[in-house]
Amino acid sequence: MSQSADLDARRRFLIRVLQLGGASAAAVVSGALLAGRSARPEEITPVVGGRDHGVAANPALPELVVAQGESPQALVQRALAEMGGMGRFVARGDTVVVKPNIAWDRSPEQAATTNPDVVAEVVRQCLAAGAGSVIVTDVSCNDAQTCFERSGIAAAAKAAGAEVVLPEPRFFTQVDLKGDTLGVWPVLEPFLDAHKLINVPIAKHHSLTGVTLGMKNWYGLIGGNRSRLHQRIHESLVDLTAFARPTLTILDGYRVLMRSGPTGGDLEDVELKKTLLVSTDPVAIDAYAAKAWWNIDVPRLRFLRLAEARGLGRSDFAALRTKVLTV
Amino acid sequence: MQHRTLRRIRLTSQIAFFLLFVFLLVQTEFPGSVRSASPDIRVPYPVALFLETDPLVALATALSTHTLYRHLIWAVPFLLLALIVGRGFCGWICPLGSLHHFIGSWKSEQKRGATLLESNRYKRWQATKYYLLVGVLLMALFGSAFGLVLDPLSLLIRSMSVSVLPVLNYGLRAALDAAYELPLGPAKIAVQGTSVVLGATMMSFKQPHFHQAVLIGGLFLFLLVLNLSVTRFWCRAICPLGALLGVCSTWSLVQLRKHEEKCDDCRRCLLHCQGGDDPIPGATWRKAECHLCLNCLGDCPTGGISFHWSMTPSPAKQTRETPELKRRALITSLAAGTVMVPLLRTGPGLKAAGSPLLIRPPGAVDEGHFLDRCIRCGDCMKVCPNNALHPALLEGGIEGIWTPVLVPRIGYCEPNCTLCSQVCPTGAIWEITVAEKTGRRDSNVAAPNPESRTPNPEQRDPIRIGTAFYDRGRCLPWSMATECIVCEEWCPTSPKAIYLVPAEVTDAQGQTKTVKQPYVEPKRCTGCGACEFACPVKGLPAIYVTAAGESRSKANQFLLRENQPSARTSS
Repeated sequence: MSQSADLDARRRFLIRVLQLGGASAAAVVSGALLAGRSARPEEITPVVGGRDHGVAANPALPELVVAQGESPQALVQRALAEMGGMGRFVARGDTVVVKPNIAWDRSPEQAATTNPDVVAEVVRQCLAAGAGSVIVTDVSCNDAQTCFERSGIAAAAKAAGAEVVLPEPRFFTQVDLKGDTLGVWPVLEPFLDAHKLINVPIAKHHSLTGVTLGMKNWYGLIGGNRSRLHQRIHESLVDLTAFARPTLTILDGYRVLMRSGPTGGDLEDVELKKTLLVSTDPVAIDAYAAKAWWNIDVPRLRFLRLAEARGLGRSDFAALRTKVLTV
Repeated sequence: MQHRTLRRIRLTSQIAFFLLFVFLLVQTEFPGSVRSASPDIRVPYPVALFLETDPLVALATALSTHTLYRHLIWAVPFLLLALIVGRGFCGWICPLGSLHHFIGSWKSEQKRGATLLESNRYKRWQATKYYLLVGVLLMALFGSAFGLVLDPLSLLIRSMSVSVLPVLNYGLRAALDAAYELPLGPAKIAVQGTSVVLGATMMSFKQPHFHQAVLIGGLFLFLLVLNLSVTRFWCRAICPLGALLGVCSTWSLVQLRKHEEKCDDCRRCLLHCQGGDDPIPGATWRKAECHLCLNCLGDCPTGGISFHWSMTPSPAKQTRETPELKRRALITSLAAGTVMVPLLRTGPGLKAAGSPLLIRPPGAVDEGHFLDRCIRCGDCMKVCPNNALHPALLEGGIEGIWTPVLVPRIGYCEPNCTLCSQVCPTGAIWEITVAEKTGRRDSNVAAPNPESRTPNPEQRDPIRIGTAFYDRGRCLPWSMATECIVCEEWCPTSPKAIYLVPAEVTDAQGQTKTVKQPYVEPKRCTGCGACEFACPVKGLPAIYVTAAGESRSKANQFLLRENQPSARTSS
C-alpha cells in the first residue's frame, strides 16, 4: 500500500462521513421543523367586510326619482340630474362598482338582465364625475361568459370605459357577512374594495317573493351554493342589503318581465314600461316598483319590513320626497 | 443540399398543420361575442376541418348512412390526393402522425445503433392496421361507426379535448392562482395580464372536468410512449386511416428508386425511417408503408436513393405496390367485422329502454342513426360552454363507449346554444337552430304582445332531450317543510315547465306553515337539466333528468300526447 492510496482512502472516508452527517442532520432538522408545524387543517379565517357606501342626505333634493321616456340613456341622465348629479355620489378618484343583473343567458329584449344602455350611461356618468375606475361585475347563474356577452352588458360597459370583471373562481374571498341568517360566504372581491357601490337591477317577476328588484340583486355579491338562500329568502335579502349598503339604486324598468321570471325567455312575458327609478333608499325603491307594476303591497313582501326594522330604509315610499318626470 | 431543403419543407408543413390543428381545436369553444341580430351563436372557424377532410370518416359514414353529411364532401379531394401521393398525408399533414414523429425522434435505450436500424425494418405486424380497417369498414357497413374510435384525428381531438387541454388548464390555473396569492402588488398585475393573454388564446374561463378523462388521457399517453420502443407504432400497426391511404397508395405516382451500384450498404437510410417501409437495398420497398418523409433521401451519403414521379409500376422485386395481407388473417378480420355489430347489438344499449342516463345532446338523431354516425371525436364535449357533455362509459352499452352524454349535475343544456350541433362533423348531432331547439321561430325579434297569452301559431314543439322528475324524499318543500323552488327559478322555458302549488305542511315543532311545492309539467319540459344542476340538495339531487320523453325517439315516450285540436278541424 502506497502512502497516496492510503490518503485517498482517508479522503473518501471523510467525504462519506460528511455526506452521512449532512443527510442525517437535514432529516432531523426538517423532521423536527415539520412536526412542530403540524396542526389540524383549518378553514381560512374569514374577512369581516361591509361598509356604508352611502352619501350624506340632502333635504333639498328628491330621495326617489321616477323617470319615463323613450331613451334609456336619457332616462339615466335626467333622473341622475334630478338627484343632484352623479357628482353628489361619486368623488374624484373613487373606485365605483356598478352591479347590474347579469344572471342569465338572455338577450336585452328578453328583459332577464339589465338594459345595457342603462349600464353604459351609469358608467359614463361615474367617469364624468371623476371616478378613478368603474368596475362592472356580477356573479351570474348561467355561464358567466355567455351571460356577460349575450346580455350586451360586457360590450356596452367596455365601450363606455368600464372595467368588466368576470367572476373568476380566484376573485372570491371568504367573508363573514355578520348577518342574522348569513354567516361566512365567498364574496366577489371587487365588492369588498369599492368606495361606491351602485346597484343597477332590472325589475322582474319571481315566484318565491313575487318580485325580484333591487334587494334581490345583491344575490350576485356571493358565490358558493347560494341556492340555499331561498330557504330563508327574506332574511337573506336583508342580510345581503345590510352588507352592501349601496350608494344608489338605479332600477331598470324599461322592459319589465311580468311573468315567468326571473329567467323569462318569451317576449310575451315582457312589457315595455320605459321607466327608470333612482333612489338612495334601497327599501323604498323596491316597495314602489312592486306596487307600481305588480300591485303587491308592502305587507306581502316580508323582506321590506325586515329591512326597515334593520334601518336599511323606509318601506313607506309615499313618505319619500319623490319626483316624477317624463323625459 | 436539395434533400435537406425537401426535409425542411416537410418539417414546416408538419408544424404548420399541427399549429392549424391546435388553433382550430382551441377555437372549438364558445366564441367571444354573441351580440348580433341573430340569436344563434356561431363558431367563427371551420373547427371540424380536419375531420371533415378525413377520407376514413367520409368512407365509413358513407357506408353506414349511404350519404355524406354537410362538409364531408371535402374528404373526396383528400382521397384523390392519396391516389397521387399515397401516405404523404401521414408524413406531412397528420397532426397525430407529427406528434408521434416528434416523440419517436427522442433518444431511447430500446432504439440504439443496430437495434434502431433493426426496429425500423418492415415487420409483419404492420399489416394489423389493414385488418383493423377491414373491421372498421365492415362494422360501418352494418350500421356502426364504432370503429372510428380508432380514427387518428378522432383519437387526437378526443384525447386533447377531454384530457390534455383540461390538464394544461388545471396546471396553468394552479400556477396563476398560486402567483395571485403572492404578497406582491406587481405579481397580481402580472397574473392578471397573463390570465388575459392565456384566456384570449387557450385557457378556458372555467376548468373543465370530464368523465373518462383519466382513461382517455392514459391511453393517449401510452400510445405516445410506445414510440420509445418502436417509432410510430400507432402509425405503422394500428392507424386505420393510414391503412386506407396505404391501400390508395397502390396507384400513387411517387416511386422510390434504389441505385444499388452507388450503395455502400451503410443502412443509414433506416436511421430516421418513419413508416418501416424498407428503403434499404436488397429488400423490397413497401410503398403502402412509406410516409414520404424523405428522411432516407437525406440520410443517404452516396445518392443511392431517389424519388420519382412515375405512372409505371416498378418491378415487383424492387417495390411492393400493395399492402402485404395474409389470406387467413383477412378472412378472420372479415368474419370479426361481420359478427361485431350483431354481437354489440344483443346488449341493451340500443334499446330505448336501455339506460335512463343516456341523455343525448339536442339535435342528436335517433339512437340507431346516432350510432351510424358518432365517431367519438369529442368535439361536442370540447365546445359545450357548460361542460355538460361527457364521454359515456356504459350508459349506451359497450357500443356507446365515449359517445356524448349529458350529465346535468356537472352542466345543463343552455337553450340559446347550438354549438355542439354546429361542430359535429357527421350529423350524429344534426345541425339545428335556436328556433328549432326552443320551438320559437323568432325568439329575439318579434314585438312583444302583452295582450295575448294564447298559443303562438309560430310556436312548435321544442327539442326535448329528456324529462325532469322529482325525488320527493329529498325535495325540501316536499319532505322537510322548507321553502326552496330554486328549480322553478332556473327553469328556462316560458311558461315554466315547473309549477308550484302552495301546500300546508307541519314542521318538526308541530307548526303548520305554507310552502310552495314544485311539480313538473312534462309537456313544457325540454330535459335541459338546469333544475338538476341548480338543485341545492347536494349529492343526489331532488330533481333529476332522464332520457324518457326525448323527442328524437319514437319509442322512448311515456305520455300520450294529444293532437292539436286545430289539426282535426282543418282536416
